[in-house]
Amino acid sequence: MATEVFKHGLGEPYKRKEDARFIRGEGKYVDDVQLKGMLYGDIVRSPYAHALIKSIDISEAMKVPGVVAVITGKDLDAAGLAWMPTLSGDTEAVLALDRVHFQMQEVAFVVATSRYAAADGAAAVEVEYEPLQVIVDPKKALDPDAPLLRPDKKDKQPTNQIYHWETGDRTGTDEAFTDAEANGIVVKQDMFIPRIHPAPIETCGCVADYNKTTAKLTVWLTSQAPHVHRTLFAIVAGLPEHRIRIISPDVGGGFGNKVPIYPGYVCAVVASLTTGKPVKWIEDRSENIASTGFARDYHIHAELAADKDGTVKALKVHTLADHGAFDAAAQPTKFPAGLFHICTGSYDFKHAFVDVDAVHTNKAPGGIAYRCSFRVTEASYLIERMMDTLAHDLGKDPAQLRLQNFIKPEAFPYRSALDWTFDSGNYEGALKLAMKNVDYEGLRREQAEKRARGELMGIGISSFTEIVGAGPGKHFDIAGIQMFDSCEVRVHPTGKILARIGVQTQGQGHETTFAQIIAAELGMSPDDVDVEHGDTDTAPYGLGTYASRSTPVAGAATALAARKVRDKAKKIAAYLLEVGEEDLEWEPGRFFVKGTPGKGKTIQELAFAAYTNCPPYLEPGLEAVNYYDPPNLTYPFGSYICVVDIDRGTGQVDIRRFMAVDDCGTIINPMIVEGQIHGGLTQGLAPALYEEVTFDEDGNILNGNFQDYLVPTAMETPNWETDRTVTPSPHHPIGAKGVGESPTVGAPQAIVNAVVDALAHLGVRHIDMPITPWKVWNILKEKGLTAD
Amino acid sequence: MSTHHIHVTINGTAYEGDVDSRMLLVHWIRDGLQLTGTHIGCDTTSCGACTILVDGKATKSCTMFAVQANGRQIMTVEGMEQGGKLHPLQEGFHEKHALQCGYCTPGMLMAGLALLQRNPNPSEHEIRVGISGNLCRCTGYVNIVKAIQYAAEKMQDSEELSVPAQVALAREASNGD
Repeated sequence: MATEVFKHGLGEPYKRKEDARFIRGEGKYVDDVQLKGMLYGDIVRSPYAHALIKSIDISEAMKVPGVVAVITGKDLDAAGLAWMPTLSGDTEAVLALDRVHFQMQEVAFVVATSRYAAADGAAAVEVEYEPLQVIVDPKKALDPDAPLLRPDKKDKQPTNQIYHWETGDRTGTDEAFTDAEANGIVVKQDMFIPRIHPAPIETCGCVADYNKTTAKLTVWLTSQAPHVHRTLFAIVAGLPEHRIRIISPDVGGGFGNKVPIYPGYVCAVVASLTTGKPVKWIEDRSENIASTGFARDYHIHAELAADKDGTVKALKVHTLADHGAFDAAAQPTKFPAGLFHICTGSYDFKHAFVDVDAVHTNKAPGGIAYRCSFRVTEASYLIERMMDTLAHDLGKDPAQLRLQNFIKPEAFPYRSALDWTFDSGNYEGALKLAMKNVDYEGLRREQAEKRARGELMGIGISSFTEIVGAGPGKHFDIAGIQMFDSCEVRVHPTGKILARIGVQTQGQGHETTFAQIIAAELGMSPDDVDVEHGDTDTAPYGLGTYASRSTPVAGAATALAARKVRDKAKKIAAYLLEVGEEDLEWEPGRFFVKGTPGKGKTIQELAFAAYTNCPPYLEPGLEAVNYYDPPNLTYPFGSYICVVDIDRGTGQVDIRRFMAVDDCGTIINPMIVEGQIHGGLTQGLAPALYEEVTFDEDGNILNGNFQDYLVPTAMETPNWETDRTVTPSPHHPIGAKGVGESPTVGAPQAIVNAVVDALAHLGVRHIDMPITPWKVWNILKEKGLTAD
Repeated sequence: MSTHHIHVTINGTAYEGDVDSRMLLVHWIRDGLQLTGTHIGCDTTSCGACTILVDGKATKSCTMFAVQANGRQIMTVEGMEQGGKLHPLQEGFHEKHALQCGYCTPGMLMAGLALLQRNPNPSEHEIRVGISGNLCRCTGYVNIVKAIQYAAEKMQDSEELSVPAQVALAREASNGD
């Protein structure tokens, strides 16, 4: 594959094209869609986490002024739509039939002429429940006396265990541990990665519009994967796929939350098919947090074997995963625990063994990839915590221990103990830069002085390795569809370009960065390239934007489609200049005859010729499509250093500095990359110190709204510092790797490591997230260290 | 349920309509008047996506009934650009890359505007306090702070009209029609 990179347009901080509409309030999000005669849907939800439904009485609801219809599970069942497949091959109730499995589960769908009438109708639906024993703690889900939570699939799955999955070399790992126990060191640590929610500021919703005359269903959908959703609607609802159009308009943040299909979407579609009118359904924030895709919820036990000098040898991990009531995790079929096997991280382990047991509980379904390439956040957290634990037990500096154990730059491509081929990396380079930027040695001296004075200061490091950009299609799929991606480039006669891509932006700035890729390949201004996406009637098929895959996959398709255009333009140039193609040379924006720079044709002239004076042996026009199936994933990485001060009076953690050095390969737009890093770091800060979805023992969600679920504001968020190294991917056409999720993956453990480091001299070895002032204060109290 | 006939001036244009007592102001603005730049992100007055100016004061329009707006002067994001010229805050958000998905942006712009009216030269800390009622999930706030600083400098350097003046001028123009 060609690796030449044309600089024009790449690496430049182009201001975003999409801003023009957003800063004027002219963005068009799903709830902004208003259609004539549109009806509104609202959902009746279960107040119980586990109960039988004894009866549903809709008679009072139907009397509410404005209510047009009430749809129940039985109505859907009659149409064969009571259940829908999840992205993990489980089945999820669209509307509950005889049993509810989590609090806020969907029970009935009320359709009315206004939002208010729909809510009134929902409040008037009478549902009689018989509460059942609730399982909230996944550790109790496998008890012999635990109730079977999913009797609907008892033939396939007789217990609450969804799967047991393992990978790696068990024998070699065990041998390494036996050896380390005799001659080296073994460290063990339990850690819990709490359930959190992506909580994009725009909740999920749709407008479904079935036109009986054309028999066409148009759905405006908060979708990160519109083509996949179209195919699933076709399969599930039995509708002809060419008569379904999914439009994912402006989307107010996704972060994985908008990858799954939710019951509300299906209900709105059914309601539109039934009433013949457009039906809008927009969830409110409480519904969003309480019922749509959560993330994490991994209970991890990790063990690490090393030599006495700290050289790591083997890693052993057991995880209990809570997937909630339905296994609605968004991950490829082959990998039930996603890419959790990136857990050997940036270090040269010879052996590793990992197993994961996943169970059902009476909590909302999910296990989605929240700004994370399928469980990479969990994996990265555990290895970075384990490296610090090893450093702690050996009395070594955590930076030195990392430098000692990094996979060396010359070892790439590197085959990991769990059988992944890391494409490129320079881990020492990133960590050394971060250390220099913060004056690491100076910070350590300051910490020693402060400790002597009784002050609490900590320094935390995270040197993460990411794995993003799924496919290859032979290994990765969503609901069976291989994970390739696409781009179509149309060059108009006057040399201006319309490009359409198979991925969809939720704030990533594709309209700008993908224009830059094409501009760089064709040597023109990004202003001359418009990029469209998100409409399945016009965009080429793609798998969507999540898991940092847009740039690695669709970005590659875009570069290659532009190269196809350039290749054809070259043939036209040869014809016009009356030379052989081999006599032509390319410089950004134009072909010229070798040795005669004055004799040439610009890409604009060649585009015009493609429509007005095309060689007789070529098809007229200048367009290209590329469907790109990547040969490997890409492996972005970085090193983060966090400095915290802890208030002994309150237990409050203050992030004094946070230095993020990222390496995402070739950078298309440094301004956008930095913006993504700022946002991702904030979403890494959130679980470290603030966010966790919690439940009481009856399965009642305790913080299903923005009053109680603590999304960081500008007051909690530090002034992030960023820097970069650049190690291109060898297999990506422009060397790019993807960056969106790196900071969310890398940040939590830097913060936790810093807090634990601040308290390490007191014997503290681990604190589970979120590290609230209450947790810290209790530790200080126990140690007799609380200030007055 | 009773309905009320209300008159509200929004971005200098006079609007009137019948609203139910319980109709939230944000729903009337968005669904009734189709000014969809003002967004909804929560149900607890926490996120600030619906922030508008009511008589010059930043207000979360999800926590005010439409009927309460009767006789008031409202400004929404759609009123920021004047005569084809972006407001310095809008310009700052673009220049400093202070938005990604754009969903919180109108509310942030309104909160920023209210802040700069009160305090034309805010410190970083004052800016952070000023936008602390508004959640952004994309940007980490760093660039939003820079954008508001950009606007503050620009508004001090130039003869930009203060927003109440703009609204007042627009009101006069509309009254003259």
